Amino acid sequence: MRVAICEYGAGNVRSVRLAFARLGAAETDDVLGADLAVLPGVGSARAALDGLRRRGHDAALRERFDEGRPILGICLGLQLALEETEEDGGVAGLGLVPGRAVRLREGRVPRIGWARVSGGDASFYFAHSYAAETPCAVSWSENVVAEVRHGSFLGCQFHPEKSSVAGAAYLESVCRSLA
Amino acid sequence: MPLPRLIPCLDVAGGRVVKGVRFQGLREMGDPVELGARYSDEGADELVFLDVRATLDGRRTLVELVERVSERLAIPFTVGGGVRSVEDGLALLEAGADKVAVNSAALARPELVTELAREVGSQATVVAIDAEGGAVRSRAGTAETGRSAVEWAREAEERGAGEILLTSIDADGTRAGYDLGLTAKVANAVDVPVIASGGAGEASHVAEALEVAQAALLASILHEDPARLRTLRDELRERGVELR
Repeated sequence: MRVAICEYGAGNVRSVRLAFARLGAAETDDVLGADLAVLPGVGSARAALDGLRRRGHDAALRERFDEGRPILGICLGLQLALEETEEDGGVAGLGLVPGRAVRLREGRVPRIGWARVSGGDASFYFAHSYAAETPCAVSWSENVVAEVRHGSFLGCQFHPEKSSVAGAAYLESVCRSLA
Repeated sequence: MPLPRLIPCLDVAGGRVVKGVRFQGLREMGDPVELGARYSDEGADELVFLDVRATLDGRRTLVELVERVSERLAIPFTVGGGVRSVEDGLALLEAGADKVAVNSAALARPELVTELAREVGSQATVVAIDAEGGAVRSRAGTAETGRSAVEWAREAEERGAGEILLTSIDADGTRAGYDLGLTAKVANAVDVPVIASGGAGEASHVAEALEVAQAALLASILHEDPARLRTLRDELRERGVELR
């Protein structure tokens, strides 16, 4: 299985790369042709979108999505796939998934730490200040959207690459669903 | 709110783990990657690596250490010590760190917090504060700053810090309990998560700290016996603290 990790030049993409390598996936630069394209989540929305556009990943992801080929968005990567985000004074997203990312209004923000996700007992690691508001949510964590599914796009607000054994099992199940 | 976190802290110097008492008398305690992996196995929610003797020579060593840690571990970790610029921070994040902690350089030039948060996001920007008698000290505790911990924590939050790592120099390494008064004051002054640090000796100390802070840093209590982390987690659960 070949995975393309869409870099956009901010922060820790290495953990995502290493997590897929541990699962035995091969990495490719071919965002369009890969078995799975991963949109990782680090940095701020505007910088990330600028970086994606500069590298042409925005068009490649749109084409993949229209062809029904799998994309996994992690954390900010989930939020970037929405129509817009409140972050950085309001930024238009890739528009693959209906909805928007809004600033968290409850508890301490950023929301940092391990929390359970509906539909299972495992805890995953979250680190975010914004969360999705979307009709495409499929799981929640403390009233926050934890996963989004729309067409061939799957997004998780948590960081499976940082969620130890539970995270590795999650990524493995994502890969297995493609096989 | 997410679950409270237990965060082993590894002070490193020249690529090795060291530990002192009240920031003095550093003793060598092993390989950071091996110890980090051990803590991960024993249930650590996160790790912190602080380069306590950050030098230009040490910078490269630190980046290499971060690369090795991220190859080995799949839990979040923060790295700090000698981070003076956005470029320093980015180098650590690109090597695999999830968050960078700034301390002395941010006190000298608070705009560093603003710049870092804008570039890497608040969730990756940690401001570490070392306090003695409620007053902030810089340069590993050696210099006065004339600022109060509460006031500096507030400013750091306004500038985009996503987390405050609050170390009480008075309590550091004593195993006599966290500085709960100071921790509560800082936690009440900000809306970002606060990590209490310095003074953990037994489970009751950690339970008390987790009532006022969102995470507890652990160092001396663990280094001679990393398996203590697992029993500590069990003891905390018996006390009704909900953990991962």
